[in-house]
Amino acid sequence: MAISLKLNGRETTVSAEPGTPLLWVIRDELKLTGTKFGCGVASCGACTVHVDGVPSRSCQTYIEDVEGAEVTTIEAMEDIKVGAAVQQAWVELDVVQCGYCQSGQIMSAVGLLAENPKPSVDDVHDYMNGNACRCATYQRIRAAIERASEILEA
Amino acid sequence: MTISRRTFLAGSGAAVLVLGLSPSGAVASAKTDAALNPFVKITSEGKVIAVVKHFEMGQGPTTGLSTLIAEELGVGMDQIDYEFAPSNPEVYNNLLFGPFQGTGGSTAIANSFNQYRQAGAAAREMLIQAAADAWGVDAGGLKIVEGQVTGAGQTASIAEFVVAAAELEAPSEPRLTTPSEWRLIGNPDIRRLDSKTKTNGQAMFGMDLHLPEQMVTVIARSPQKGGKVASFDDSGSAQVKGFIRAATLPNLAGVAVYAEDTWAAFQAREALQVEWDMSDAETRSSDEIKAEIMAALDFAPTYNATGNEQSEVAAAIDGAQSVVEETFYFPLLAHAPMEPLNCTIEPDADGGVTLHDGAQMPTGPHMALAQILELPMDKVRVKTMLAGGSFGRRATPDADYQVEAALAFAITDRTRPVKLVWSREDDLRSGYYRPAFGHKVRVGVTDGKIVGWEHQVAGQSIMKGTPFEAFAVRDGIDHSSIEGTNDTPYQIPQLFVGLTDTKKATSTLWWRSVGHTHTAYVMEVMMDMAAKAAGADPVEFRLGYLTGSEDADRKAAVLQLAAEKANWGNAPAGRYHGVAVHKSFGSYVAEVAEISGNPEDGIVIENITCAVDCGIPINPDVIKAQMEGGIGYGIGHVMRDQITLAGGAVEQFNFPDYEPLRISDIRGIDVHIVMSEAAPTGVGEPSTPPSAPALANAIAAASGVMVASLPMSEEGVLFA
Ligand code: FES
Ligand code: FES
Repeated sequence: MAISLKLNGRETTVSAEPGTPLLWVIRDELKLTGTKFGCGVASCGACTVHVDGVPSRSCQTYIEDVEGAEVTTIEAMEDIKVGAAVQQAWVELDVVQCGYCQSGQIMSAVGLLAENPKPSVDDVHDYMNGNACRCATYQRIRAAIERASEILEA
Repeated sequence: MTISRRTFLAGSGAAVLVLGLSPSGAVASAKTDAALNPFVKITSEGKVIAVVKHFEMGQGPTTGLSTLIAEELGVGMDQIDYEFAPSNPEVYNNLLFGPFQGTGGSTAIANSFNQYRQAGAAAREMLIQAAADAWGVDAGGLKIVEGQVTGAGQTASIAEFVVAAAELEAPSEPRLTTPSEWRLIGNPDIRRLDSKTKTNGQAMFGMDLHLPEQMVTVIARSPQKGGKVASFDDSGSAQVKGFIRAATLPNLAGVAVYAEDTWAAFQAREALQVEWDMSDAETRSSDEIKAEIMAALDFAPTYNATGNEQSEVAAAIDGAQSVVEETFYFPLLAHAPMEPLNCTIEPDADGGVTLHDGAQMPTGPHMALAQILELPMDKVRVKTMLAGGSFGRRATPDADYQVEAALAFAITDRTRPVKLVWSREDDLRSGYYRPAFGHKVRVGVTDGKIVGWEHQVAGQSIMKGTPFEAFAVRDGIDHSSIEGTNDTPYQIPQLFVGLTDTKKATSTLWWRSVGHTHTAYVMEVMMDMAAKAAGADPVEFRLGYLTGSEDADRKAAVLQLAAEKANWGNAPAGRYHGVAVHKSFGSYVAEVAEISGNPEDGIVIENITCAVDCGIPINPDVIKAQMEGGIGYGIGHVMRDQITLAGGAVEQFNFPDYEPLRISDIRGIDVHIVMSEAAPTGVGEPSTPPSAPALANAIAAASGVMVASLPMSEEGVLFA
């Protein structure tokens, strides 16, 4: 079945079966592998993408539900002001360890800062609790969100 | 262990010129890159490539080993990149493992420190000699600064001399830089080399590989370990678009489902019906396994690990003014690395294969693939990719998942690459686990001092029956079951440690910090209980047993540093401190947990203060990150995680049943590094052992509740 969406700013048509999670269309059909598979059940956040600007778990988003939507992945974050600031902060503070969860962490952090440019620690915890990091880089994620907020303010 | 200065040269042979691939993988057609030795390549543009023999699961060896080479070579960190070494145990072996290439036991820096510095220094001397030859000057007056050869009034990029240098004989005794010259080693401003690609989606993990024509393969495995395929029906699978075929693995351990893409493979497996022969399968529950372990603690242990008489130690304790005793239980735990297991086997044009894998121990799968696919060793290549975590899981003695992939590939016509993918459910349910363990300890205290410590351990050996048995088992004792007890730096009078192996329950495996995951908890909780019986401050009490050796002094120093930085003894109102200190993998780590709340209404982990002595700190910021991560890993699991079995089958399915540590669980961590001139030791594991007992001791300080059975949530401890 042909489904059209706007992926990272470009009109894209995919041919996945209805019921296919957006995650696997992005990874296997479109070969954009920055979006990760961690659990498949919306409990780790590794697969987070933006659907119409809102962070969404692509493993639990069916392809037919994003017909006509704007889907943005980690690969396009450097083109977005908030995304670039978050990436800069992540690199400055060397947040990553294995790195496997970090696309999802960044997608969520961008979502947070886009709607709340100066989040409190509690705001960060509430918003980011769905993004698991088995390497436990949380200390730096917290610090990097604060740093990104500063970068955006400057 | 001393590392011979000649070790790397033995494997290097003469310098060779190789037709180079640029770091991006494109063939640098007209140009040549030079390998000055097995560890250092230099491109024709003058970019240095560190050939890294350890895999990267986040613990930082790509940055660390590159730092060592850049330091000696005289280049900046922006002039160096890395690539993973091919599988070759003669050249790229872990010097602490013998003729075996692999990562584990927090040894990546420890075994490579001299080897990679020598490699960098040898390359420097060859480049300088080549420049001296070109300029007709004496090499003694030349040096390399920021990638430029300078001296004798001239300056030129090292790129100019790469080809000539590659033809020179490698020096056997290159001069190493001294600590006073170091620009990079110990520099806290050095950044990770892999940060950028891991923040923009470009980093390639094994899961991200898409080879042309590849088939994605998932395996339907028996829910009970040891079950065998009796028959299967794939008529449902055949309805799934993209399904290719299903076939029983030759060892009957599962049915391989092949499909054109991952989602089709998962769906086709979902639709597959398998009949299992469970006659040899595990049937026990985790309660039965626990009962066996706890019962073993009531009998004299099979093995005596301290060589003294248990009855004498028991008598000393019986005669003490006060006796503290406790029985502990530690459940099965899964590693659950963020990237579910996977690897790809690609057929090569010459009839061989390439394994693409976040390979923690390349030698194991290399040999296994050669055997299963009946190929000579040199027709099997291993291409190491980034690993999305491991915590030990990607290094099984039987190369479990690579063997699965090899079996699945073997029964195809071997023309298409086979990419094996595990789901999270596969990872939690078909995995290898930190074995369950029980401890029973009695400590006698008289006049404020320990007069005897009787310590029995029971659980399933990790090493017995594996190729690592010869390495880790002495006189029947699997040291990994008791490490951290009989070899403690504490000077405990009358210490007895005994061990009983329990029956094999399920597949077990080392899990970040191995035996220390449970021994440190018991040692440090008992130390607190003994301090309480002695009426002493827990830090002061421990320090009383940390004198008389360098080992004890180093452990005392981290304890004092952590206590000082945490403002020990002066917790803010409503907050409580707990401390623990432990040596593992040659490194010393002390942690002070600061908590608020109580077990009924919810504990809040406000902060963990950590002090570490890992010898010479190579990349201080990576060390801090490893301390932070190891603390989170240790605490996350004791809070609420366990793997349980019912009728031999794992009861947990996915993360909701095995809830990872979340960002709000630990509110802060601060890490302090002891400046040391000792040989560098590991950092990947040593912060895990003291984290859980520091928390347990803080909870006891807050509430009087000492948690002796894990996870804490099962004992009624709530976390806010
Ligand atoms: S893969 Fe989607 S939330 Fe884990
Ligand atoms: S960096 Fe490894 S899971 Fe987050």
